Amino acid sequence: MSRQLAIIVTLVAGVLMVVSGFIKPTQGWGEDAAEWFNILAAMAFVLGAANLAKVHLSKISSRDAGWGFSAVTLLAFAVTLAVGLFKVGVNPMPAFPDVPMSGGKDAEGSAFWWVYTYVLSSITATMFSLLAFYVASAAFRAFRAKNTEATLLLVAAFIVLLGRTFAGVVLTGWIPADSDWAFLRFENLSTTIFEVFASAGNRAIIIGIALGVAATSLKIILGIDRSYMGSGD
Amino acid sequence: MNQKKTWTIILVLAAVLLAIRSFTGPGMAKVFVEDQRFAFKQAGEKEVDGAMKPAFEAVAPGTEGAIEWTTESEVPPRAYYAAEAASPGQSAIHLSTSRTIGVWVAALLTLFIFSFLYRDNPLYKFAEATIVGVSAAYWGIVGFWDTLMPKLFGAIVPAIVTANFMPGLKEEYNFWILVPAALGIMLLCRLNRSVAAVSVIPLAFIVGTTSGLKFVSYVESDLLAQTASTMKPLLVAAPALATGAADGTANGLSLGLSIKQALIFVGVVSGLVYFFFSVEHKGIVGKTARVGIWYLMITFGAAFGFTVMGRIALFAARCEFIFDDWLWLIDPTEKRVVVEAAVASVNALLPVLPGVGL
Repeated sequence: MSRQLAIIVTLVAGVLMVVSGFIKPTQGWGEDAAEWFNILAAMAFVLGAANLAKVHLSKISSRDAGWGFSAVTLLAFAVTLAVGLFKVGVNPMPAFPDVPMSGGKDAEGSAFWWVYTYVLSSITATMFSLLAFYVASAAFRAFRAKNTEATLLLVAAFIVLLGRTFAGVVLTGWIPADSDWAFLRFENLSTTIFEVFASAGNRAIIIGIALGVAATSLKIILGIDRSYMGSGD
Repeated sequence: MNQKKTWTIILVLAAVLLAIRSFTGPGMAKVFVEDQRFAFKQAGEKEVDGAMKPAFEAVAPGTEGAIEWTTESEVPPRAYYAAEAASPGQSAIHLSTSRTIGVWVAALLTLFIFSFLYRDNPLYKFAEATIVGVSAAYWGIVGFWDTLMPKLFGAIVPAIVTANFMPGLKEEYNFWILVPAALGIMLLCRLNRSVAAVSVIPLAFIVGTTSGLKFVSYVESDLLAQTASTMKPLLVAAPALATGAADGTANGLSLGLSIKQALIFVGVVSGLVYFFFSVEHKGIVGKTARVGIWYLMITFGAAFGFTVMGRIALFAARCEFIFDDWLWLIDPTEKRVVVEAAVASVNALLPVLPGVGL
């Protein structure tokens, strides 16, 4: 019964969003549904938090390997949640000085701002920067000009890398910028690759993705694809 | 000597060097802030959305009965040195303990993450465990204050929300919002196995709205917009200013722009042919698909180069943070140099050369 109801809810919600995109008087319905979606997504964080606590508390209670790191996770979670929820260190807005919690949650100087600036953004930026090493080392092992396709990939990457560095600009700097051969300068070749070849390739990929998303969305809305309900469908 | 001992020695040595660096000379990792005091006093009432609310006016700090607070804004260390030089012992610009600790925390977490380049270790795992907890709570708080408070609680109990948390919010009841609230509670039923089945209804709503939204947005902004950008005349007129220039422009047409447009058209069509798997890639279809693969390979190569450059830029930024903000070993933006003092000292060295100086 709940599965059939779920299919009907999906159909109604999906059709409403599609219709509101095309028929102006129904635009408000679509906006309301989008707002409901946002509220639901925000409430889903509670589910995520509860799940996180459940997993790590069970690890701690059973003294699994690495349970200390689970304690660190829970502590970090609890502290961030508390300082954000109670707006620790937040000053009122100048327009409403009589309301102590009127200031923004992430106002400069607040505890939540501190956690974001010195912990969250530091670690995420460093983690992404680590990828520079792994991407480069993977490329070193995998990039081989074995055939036409691999050579094109290698050459394009090489030109883009050089075209965006000082060394690349210096290497072809002897070609006069206003000559007929200026297009051979690394920075110009890099721009051409992006504006012509990569632009065309990306467009083909984007159009392909859009067709795929449209087809999958229709399958879900019409109840053909029910995999989101779990096994058995 | 085993590896554990070697690492202990390295870490102790690093700690000693950091201690020396911290407590000698100008030190390191210090963050200075400038205080700004705010003071407001009630001056009558004003009407907001039909309700009378207290009106406030800014007054001088220290005024009796005023609501006051102080905010801190970060200033470069050179501003502190300049202020100290002008007025020793001043308190307008001072060291911020919380931000200084923050720089140390950020620097140590950065090094912990970088330690993974050697191999997986407890320091990396500590940073990883921290980021899992912090990011989960961070996005939860963002959802709470940006969505739940104004849109859910603000619609159900607007008087409480405007009086205590969001005074700028319009006081308006909207009981339709109880529907997503009920769906949200149904979603939480997933935590209890006996009633978990009802959680499929809000999930269906999420999936349905996402599908509908994505269908419209992808068709509109990706499929149609990208197709429209490709379906353009292959013969492109030269821009007015470039007509007659020596870049291949002839008879009002730009050869360069026309070739570019033709190459893009060929690339998009051949790329799409490659993605069309309903027809066997043989004959003309196969040859077109092969051209499509070439375009895609160039695209992936360019994306790879671009990604590597982006990551290296991030890595450089982290190194700059470590060496500039934390260790104070470099100063590319002259945050710690008192420029006037530096100029004066250079000029003082050049009195023998008339006309030479900064």
